[in-house]
Order: sequence, then C-alpha cells, then structure tokens
Amino acid sequence: MDTIVKPGRLNESWRWVIKMAWKDSRRNRTRLFIFILSIALGIAALVGINSFKSSLVSEINNQAKELLGADLAIGGQSKSFTEEAYKFTSDIPGEKSYESSFASMIYFPRTDGTRLMNVKSLKGAYPYYGIIETDPPEAADQFKKGQFALVDESVMLQYNVAVGDDVKVGETLFNIVGKLKKVPGQTEIGTTVAPVVYIPLDYLGGTGLMKKGSRINQTVYYKIDDPNEVAETDEGFRKELDEMGIYLETVEDRKRDTGRAFSDLADFLNLVAFVALLLGCIGVSSSVFVYIKEKIKTVAILRCLGASSNQVFFIFLSQIAIFGLIGAVIGAAIGVFIQGYLPVLLQDFIPVEVNSAISWVSILQGVFLGLFISILFTLLPLLKVRKVAPLGVIREIVSKKSDSWMLSGIIYTIIFLFVWFFSKLQIGEWLEAFFFTLGIVAAFILLTLTGKAVIWLVRKFFPKSVGFVWRQGMANLYRPNNQTLTLVVTIGLGTALISSLYSMQDLLIQQITISGEGDRPNMVLFDIQTPQIKEVQEITLDYDMPIIQDVPVITMTLKEINGINKYQAISDSTLGYKKWVYNREYRVTYREKLISSEKIVDGKWRGEYQEGDSVFISISKGFAQGINVNIGDEILFNVQGALIKTYVGSFREVDWRRVQTNFLVLFPKGVLEDAPQFNVLVTKTTSGDYASRYQQAIVRNFPNISIIDLGLILSTLEEILGKISFVIQFMALFSIATGLLVLLSSVITSKYQRIEENVLLRTLGASKSQIWKILFTEYFMLGTIASSAGLFISMVGSLLLAKYVFEIPYAPNYISLIGVFLIITSLTVIIGLLNSRSVTNNPPLQVIRKEV
Amino acid sequence: MPSILSVSDLSKIYTNAHTKKDLKILDQINFNIEKGASFSIVGPSGSGKTTLLGLCAGLDQVTSGSIVLNDIKLDNLNEDQLAKVRNDHVGFVFQNFQLIPTLTALENVMIPLELRGEKNAESSSKDLLARVGLSERMIHYPVQMSGGEQQRVSIARAFSNNPKILFADEPTGNLDEETSQSIEELLFQINKESGTTLVIVTHDLELAAKTDHMIRLKGGKIISN
Repeated sequence: MDTIVKPGRLNESWRWVIKMAWKDSRRNRTRLFIFILSIALGIAALVGINSFKSSLVSEINNQAKELLGADLAIGGQSKSFTEEAYKFTSDIPGEKSYESSFASMIYFPRTDGTRLMNVKSLKGAYPYYGIIETDPPEAADQFKKGQFALVDESVMLQYNVAVGDDVKVGETLFNIVGKLKKVPGQTEIGTTVAPVVYIPLDYLGGTGLMKKGSRINQTVYYKIDDPNEVAETDEGFRKELDEMGIYLETVEDRKRDTGRAFSDLADFLNLVAFVALLLGCIGVSSSVFVYIKEKIKTVAILRCLGASSNQVFFIFLSQIAIFGLIGAVIGAAIGVFIQGYLPVLLQDFIPVEVNSAISWVSILQGVFLGLFISILFTLLPLLKVRKVAPLGVIREIVSKKSDSWMLSGIIYTIIFLFVWFFSKLQIGEWLEAFFFTLGIVAAFILLTLTGKAVIWLVRKFFPKSVGFVWRQGMANLYRPNNQTLTLVVTIGLGTALISSLYSMQDLLIQQITISGEGDRPNMVLFDIQTPQIKEVQEITLDYDMPIIQDVPVITMTLKEINGINKYQAISDSTLGYKKWVYNREYRVTYREKLISSEKIVDGKWRGEYQEGDSVFISISKGFAQGINVNIGDEILFNVQGALIKTYVGSFREVDWRRVQTNFLVLFPKGVLEDAPQFNVLVTKTTSGDYASRYQQAIVRNFPNISIIDLGLILSTLEEILGKISFVIQFMALFSIATGLLVLLSSVITSKYQRIEENVLLRTLGASKSQIWKILFTEYFMLGTIASSAGLFISMVGSLLLAKYVFEIPYAPNYISLIGVFLIITSLTVIIGLLNSRSVTNNPPLQVIRKEV
Repeated sequence: MPSILSVSDLSKIYTNAHTKKDLKILDQINFNIEKGASFSIVGPSGSGKTTLLGLCAGLDQVTSGSIVLNDIKLDNLNEDQLAKVRNDHVGFVFQNFQLIPTLTALENVMIPLELRGEKNAESSSKDLLARVGLSERMIHYPVQMSGGEQQRVSIARAFSNNPKILFADEPTGNLDEETSQSIEELLFQINKESGTTLVIVTHDLELAAKTDHMIRLKGGKIISN
C-alpha cells in the first residue's frame, strides 16, 4: 500500500491540518489562550530585560565619557606614585585634575556624629564630562575655592546635618556648602556602600591624614581633545605604568567594564525570569496533557475517517504552535512596557540614564523562544495522540503500552539540555548551570512524588465515615481525571520559588547578625599607628571594652612565584599564574600561634623563624587554589622595597565571616617585626549608644583611625538588600502571576472534567451549597497540599544553603511561611470556586449545552 | 458478482493486561460479501459483532486469518496505510454518532473529502446534508442537535467520500422507534442510490431482516449464515 503523498497533495494535506486545527480550536480558544498566557509573562520579563540590556549598552556607549568624567585616568596607590611615576603623568599632554581618595572617619561636631566615609580630595576642573550633582548646584564648583566640603546627601540626612554645618576630616574642619547627589560614573548602590565626602585637594595636607603607610589612592584625570593622543598615550604608557603598579583607564576601558558589570545584572534578572517561564511551561504542559486526554475521542474519529497519525498529531501541534505564537507575541508586547519601567526599578544600580528604545532583536528572540518552548513542553502530552487507535470509536479501549518511550526520552533530554543551555547563558558556568537545572528537576520529581503519594494515601486511608460532601470532595483527589498531580507540581513549584526568594534574603541578614552574637567581636579599629597603640588600648579599656585582638599589619606585594614574575606569567598563560596575583596589595600579619578562626589543613605551621632557616609562611587554602600554589612553592614578596623570599609551609582553612582580622598570608614571628606597619584592634561593644561614644572618643583623639562596627555593616547591608529585594520582588511577581495563570488554567481544565459529574449531581438533586462545599473541599485540599509541598522544598533548600553555603543554623521565618501558605491556599480556593460558578448558577441542561 | 469483502479463517484474541490470560473473541470466521449487497451481522451482546466490524473495516489488526477489502489485503498494512484504505473505500455510521463536538454539522461531513484533498468538499457536503434533510442545521454543533439529527449528519458524512462499503454499528441503537424508522429508510435509500455495499451490525432482527444476507454470531463463532 502506498501512503506517500504526492507533492500537490502534500500542500493540500498541510492546509487541511492547519484548517482543522483552527476549526477544532474554536470551542476551546479561551482555554488554549489561558494555557498559553502562562508563558506570556515569562516571555514578557525576558523581552523586557533583554531590551533594557540593549538600551543600557547603547546608553553606556553614548555616555561613556560621562562615566569616566575625563578622556583618560591614571591611578594607583600613593606608594606607587613615585617621582618617576609623577614624571610620567606630567609628560602626558592635556588638561589635568588630581584626586586623592581614602577611607576615613569623619566627624560632625554639631550633632556629635561619626562615620567611616570615602574622602575624595580634588583639584582641577574634573569632571570634564558630566557633572557632580549637588544641592545647591553651584556647590559643585564652590567647594574647590576654600575650606569647604560636599557631603553625601543620605549621610547628611542620617546624621541630621545641614548645609552650613561643619564636618571634621582628620584634624581640619570644613564648612559643608552642598549636598552631594551624584558623582560621574557612580551608582546609588555604590554610594550606599562607600558614601563620599569631597574636599579640596589643597587642604588635604592640613588634615594630617597623609602619613606614611596611609592607604591613599591617587588619580590623575586628563582632558585630551585629540583622540589620537589618547590612543598614543594608551599604547606608549600603559605597560610601563602597569609595571609601577599604576593603572591607566580610557573611556573604552570604562565602557567595557561597566557594560560587563551590568550585563551580569541583566543575566541574573534573566535567570529569575526564566524560572517564571519554566513554571509557565510546566503549567502549559500539564494543561495540554488534560486537553489532549479530552481529545482522544476526536482523534479516534479522525483516524477512523482516514486521517494519518501524523496528520492528527500536527493538528494539535499546530494549535499549540499558533497559540504559543500568540502568547509569545502578547508576552513580547508586555515586555516592551516592562522595559519602560526597568530603568526606574534599577536606577540605584546603573550609572547612566537609560532611555528605552524598542529592541526588535530582543522582541524576535522572545517570540521565537515562546514558540519554541511552548512546542517543546507540549510534545510530551502530544505524543499520546500518535498512539490513539481508530478502534476507540466503537469501544472504550485501554491504550496500548506506548512504544514511544524512546521519543519521550529524547524529548526529556532536549528539555533538560535546553534548560541547562539557557541557564548557562545567564549564569556563565556550565557546572553551575547544570546544578541549577538539576535542582529544578529534583523539585519537579519531588513534587510529582508528593502528588502521587497524596493520591495513594487518600485512596488508601479514605475516611469513609465523614459526610457526603467531604467524601465527594476528597474522592476527587484520586478519581479518574483528577488534577492532584498537575496542581501539586505547578502550584508547589511556584510556592517553592517565591518562598525561596524570601528565605534567601532572611539568610543573608541572619548570617551577618549571627556573626556578632555572643562573645564574638563587633568592632574593628584599623590604621592605628605604632605610637598610638598604647593610648588606644587605654581608651578601649576605659570604656570597659575588651581587647580581643591587637594585630600588626604589614602591606606588601608579590614579586615572583617559583621564579616567575608578572611579565613571564602574562606572556605564558600555560604557567597558570594570573596577573591580579601580582598586582594586588597583600596585607599580612605575623604571629607564633594560630587563632580560633583558622586551622591547618595541609603542611605544617612553623610559628617562629629560626635564624639561618628559610621563611615558611601559611596561606589560606582557598586563596592558594586561586593563585595556583602548592606546599613547598617559593614566593618572593616585596615588603615596601625589601625583598623577602618565602616558602609555602602550610595551608589554613579560615572562617572569614567573623568581624575580626583574618589573613590570606600569615608570616611566622621573627621576620616582619621591623617592617613599617600599622595595627588593627578588635573589640566588642554592648550597646549602640556606648559604641557611638567610644567611636567619638577615638576619632576626636586619633582622626586617622578608621572604625568599622557591625551596626554599620548591618545597616548598610539592610539598605542594599532593601534595594535588591525590591528588584527581586518585582521579578518574583512574574513567577507569582505566572503561578496564578497556571492555577487558573488548571482550574479551567478541571472544570471541564468535573462539569458532567457536577451537572449529574445537580440533576439528582444536589443543592447549590452542596456543590460549593464539594468544590471547596477539593480545592482547599489541593491548595493546602500544593503550598505545603512547595514550602517544604523551599525549607529544605534554605536549610541546605544555610548549612553548606552560609554555615549557620537555619531558623525558618514562620510568619512569612504561614503568610505564603495562607495566600496560596486561599487563591487556589477562590479561583477554583469562581471558575465553577456557571455549574451552580445555571440549570443543568443549559450548562451541558454551553460548556461541554 | 465479485466480492468486496472476503474474510477467511479470522480469529481475534485479546490478552488481559493484568491476568495475562488470552480471551478468544472471534474464532475461525469465514464469509464473503458481494459488491452492492446489504449484509447484517447479528448476535447477542458479547458475541463479537463489533470486534468483527472493527476488523473488517481496518480499525484493528487480526490475530490470525485474512481480510481482503476491495482487493486490498488488510493483514500486513500499518496504521497509516489502513487509514488511507478507510478514507478511500470505507464509510462508517456509529451507534453513538461519533461526531466531532468542536465542528459544525457541515464541517463534520466535509472531513473525509478534505482528507482526500477534494476541491468541492463544501458544496458536496451541503448537497449531502440537504439529502438527509438538514439544510437548515448545517452550522449547528452536535450538542445543539437531537440524536436523530446527529445520526443524519453521521450518515451524510459516511457517504461523503462515495465509499465502496459502509459499516454501520447499531445505527439505530440510540434512537426512538419513529426516528429509527426514518434513519433506516434513509440509510437503505442512499445506499441503494450510491450502489454501496452495506454491512450492519445489530441485535435488531427486524433491521437485519431488511438486508440481503445475514450471519449470526455466538461466542465468537458463526452459528448460521
């Protein structure tokens, strides 16, 4: 028998398939539309973010000069700015501005407030592009003309300081002439972490903060009108400056770095959006599964009338594809609106003003993705269509054991690979993306098992003695055409996702809070010069505070590893040493014994240097892996001009999370005692009021000493998390809304399954209230089970994160968990009941004619 | 007269999926149906009538034996090849009408023609619906029609592809006496006009008596021919 269709017939056949798909969809369009709408929100989020990303990149290109504020910047730590380096910077042509910046305690005399701030002292016309935004605006120039300062607006608000007040930096009082609102290239989140105070460079010397060993960054900004000169300077000076530990940054460098940083942010948001999309896909898949089950009879009739299995398969595939395309287009349209809102949402995180422009590439990508993903996730239920026997028209047949397990396997594999690949695009690492995908699969399997367990348990331990209404409602959980599995998986996954986002936020706050509890230190004083040590200790003890640690710190750079210097490492990447290893400054200490936050995991710790022997140092294990060194390797350090050859004697595991000093590199006693050093003192305060009085006493006596206390870290973290969580909540909204749509489509699907049964009950005399109670029981049970399962997964995930990542005990936030549980369960019941109104409000025959 | 359907040594065995036991539904069935004849298969419930109809129409595969329909041996054809045979040569009328609920009466009738790529599917189908007295109900959906009307649509659909043979499974089983009467008349009338071979499965002996030939089934075997 020949079943090959001739070319002319082929077109005809396809036309019929499409026509049939369209005709058959007529009575199901609302349902299909709601199924597919589940993916629209995920697509909307992706299109919105990608369009925003594309606008951001183009704005970064347009406003690149404003990001740097100059054509060229050269900078580094003050120790690197030797006479030779200064000669280099003066040889570069163009107009110059000079900036020295460092962290220091500042003091507001009128309100008696102290705070660690980023002090920037400026000389020259910087910024050449863009402006320093101040209130009043003229203060941006005015502050350079006398003993004036600009102070970060939020700090002024926090410390109740006004324009006209004084601020003490080091030993000098500056009059505040303006509130600092924005600095070129800096983000709002950046100023939250390190708020800025600007003073004129000419007055920096008077502060007394520029002492030997002070960690000051120097930057020279250039305005060079001829772009060729910038390029020539870049080519001619970059390498030599680099050798001196000084960086050279052009507009192009800043553009690239900024672009990369915000591309990471967009990728993270995309990942959250992708989870919403996956949730929608699972919803679509399960709804289509039920939809196809209802279509089995139609399929059998079509097969009986002579349609081939492929034709029938493509009828339903076309339906899904058409509606998938519509859903994707709607999603893309919503995405364009979201894109307009994202600059407002992310304004604290981006350094440029973004004007939304439509990105057709992002829209097309979104539409294609929506179409692809809706087809991919509905292929599994659609496979059933291919196996429907025409015999089904004359008798109910139990479908034959499907021989399409191989096809199913292939589709599952494609789905897994797709999720993995897409996650990789956002995360950037194959392995991490693999574990992310695995996590989603694990949640899916766990929820499926929960659904199956519920079905089994209700059937096994069915409470026969309860009333008719309860029995009916509960029996719906396991009877044929039940929706237990679908709803437990979709609602459960949505609940797990939303709850996990909140848990993560709680864990981060908890981690910092716990780090200062009990006897653990909560305040660190650094930059204590050697002559100041004794007096600082006395003040500390006067305030009844313990000296938990008093540690000497020596700064140094790394010259060679196993005889390989920076340039050899750069020119031969096979050596495995990274450039940053040589560029960074190392702050190390020396002592004889290890402290409680560290332990040796490899090698042997030699606490004291023996005359004539080699110097054996200990390195943090993680850092050793990062710089690729082993026990016995030779490392040559440059300790402020003196070269010291050392050998890696041991690796330590260090608990970095405590508010105390910990070091990547630890020297033994007897080597660094005479090197230039400063001290760090670690203590513990009991009350916030006491802590601020102690800080004021220290700052008044020793303006060069900086203080970090846990209170400051916590308030900064809370502020940052507040801003981040707003973004996360916005993204989570997509998951919640998708979850609701999935719920809606599941309930609509179930309505069609329950309708005949409910109409029959109505016909047999069941009252409206009895039907309502039956439906309430079913949806209440489903909502309860699904949200509990989701919360359970979220709690297990949070517990694992707390134990293995944050290494803190997990204390669930029961109030938010109960809140999520109640909201999800109520929504399930409300949507379920609202959707079934027609069954109870209309006469049975009318319902049958209209709905079936 | 040449034969349109030839059944030789036909047996059908189902294996119970749970108990793994074999159940013989049809045992060594042999008969021939001549072109243009009307033929009925009668017997009590569970005698294997519907199974026999399903096998003869190419809706299922035989366990052993052979079926030749309009000179095409059905035994070794796959599902898609059988589908083509049904579309080209076979028409169906079912007890439960088996109309597609999402399509109108006209669209239901058009399906077999559209599957064959016929250009004038719509006009032919409209003619057929007019012949069965439903010209006013063409754009109605099955749920909006009575049982008799649905069966008329089903008959129109069955004849739409000019089948060589028409299988009717209890065509009046779901209808009242008066409606049954009119449906029977319609079925025989169009059958006669089209020259189609008619095979009816029924337990209604009165209906069976109106056919040219009749076989009786009991326990999967022919007890009279």
